[in-house]
Amino acid sequence: MTVAISALAIALGTILGVFVGLALLYAWLPVRIIVRIYVDFIRGTPVFVLVLASFYILSIIGIQLNAFQAGVLAITLFCSTHVGEMVRGALAAIHRGQTEAAMAIGLTFRQIFLYVLMPQALRQILPTWVNAATEMVKASTLLSIIGVTELLLATQQIISRNFLSLEFYFLAGFIYFAIDFSIERLGRYVERKVAYS
Amino acid sequence: MANPLMVIENLHKKFDKMEVLKGVDLTINTSDVVSIIGSSGSGKTTLLRCVNLLEEFHEGRILIDGEEIGYTKKNDKRHRLSSSILAQHRALTGMVFQTFNLFPHLTALKNVTLGLRKVKRMKKEEAIETARHWLNRVGLLNWQDHHPGQLSGGQQQRVAIARAIAMNPKLMLFDEVTSALDPELVNEVLSVIKDLADDGMTMLLVTHEMHFAYDVSTTVIFMNEGKIGEQGPPSELFQNPKSQRLAEFIKNSTF
Ligand SMILES: Nc1ncnc2c1ncn2[C@@H]1O[C@H](COP(=O)(O)OP(=O)(O)O)[C@@H](O)[C@H]1O
Ligand SMILES: [Mg+2]
Repeated sequence: MTVAISALAIALGTILGVFVGLALLYAWLPVRIIVRIYVDFIRGTPVFVLVLASFYILSIIGIQLNAFQAGVLAITLFCSTHVGEMVRGALAAIHRGQTEAAMAIGLTFRQIFLYVLMPQALRQILPTWVNAATEMVKASTLLSIIGVTELLLATQQIISRNFLSLEFYFLAGFIYFAIDFSIERLGRYVERKVAYS
Repeated sequence: MANPLMVIENLHKKFDKMEVLKGVDLTINTSDVVSIIGSSGSGKTTLLRCVNLLEEFHEGRILIDGEEIGYTKKNDKRHRLSSSILAQHRALTGMVFQTFNLFPHLTALKNVTLGLRKVKRMKKEEAIETARHWLNRVGLLNWQDHHPGQLSGGQQQRVAIARAIAMNPKLMLFDEVTSALDPELVNEVLSVIKDLADDGMTMLLVTHEMHFAYDVSTTVIFMNEGKIGEQGPPSELFQNPKSQRLAEFIKNSTF
């Protein structure tokens, strides 16, 4: 469950994030402003609260998500804003000469983006992306261990009510560790693979 | 006489209000090697960038093989062409930059094959063969699998030359391609350019290497404040400058 939520949400969030990053950089000004507000708003909100919001706000307008869906939605949104910021920053940092050299050989904007800018930006953001993905996994692990429905209750009494056993916390801690550790390892491996001097 | 390869007519270019090119006319024939000299800020780079359509310009025309590039006229109004046609027109000329601008995430070979594959739509084998041919011409066949970060400045610039010329442009543009290099690496790049010139490649190049300009050029152009100040065969320009400005510029240059 955890892995499914994380993997799905991170994948969706990363794809959405690439478009968010592009919008932040290249979109028509009014669109850019809206996306900027979206990013700052979501980034400033704890994942916890985003999940509650997915539950509550959407149910007000008649869409009732289950725990899995709410988790995926919240983490996808959260991930998309972080990845969006990273992509924007990385693209902006690429020297103008790269685009010009690519234009000079006759590549179109789409090709320049696909073959020249994006591969460089992705290499640039990989370490930060791994950190962010680790955070998402922590968040979703938490969600699935507690259960989103319980989470709703728990927000009122999270400190006072001790509804999980000690073993459960140990198990949770261990799963955190195992998943984070694997992601970091995998990230470092991929990083080494794609590194260039 | 055959039609000229490139004609520039009355080219004007402004940055905001500042006019940087103030009416440039220039004709280049096949296999000409035209060097542009002139002091910093006189508009040499801007002229090359206009030819490669990296800059917009406000007045005048550039024709390659008789066909206007970059702009078209509709109902007496001048329009910049769509970006896909601009991309096609850009491929008519090959540009080499002062700062190399190789793609750091690609090997030397892939820097050259990218355009062949995506713009020329060559098959993979043909692209690799073509790229290897040109890497060999610039003396870097053994370095094809290295990334730009693993190459010296001189080697990077030679890859950049191979990348541009592999696209089979009608005209090569070189903008001070040795001025970012350590002095001991300048010659390996100049000799590659000389070799291509001897082979009949048509070129327009900006250079501060006066000796090289003297050696390699069929025509030398002295740019002065956004205009062509003087133009002629190198011997004439360097030995009998007509204007005071050029005489001073030559006196202050090192050969
Ligand atoms: N992107 C730009 N924006 C504004 N002014 C520019 C730009 N590029 C060049 N200029 C100005 O245009 C003039 C000519 O520049 P340039 O063509 O680079 O000269 P050169 O290559 O002969 O040294 C200079 O005054 C320069 O400051
Ligand atoms: Mg210049």
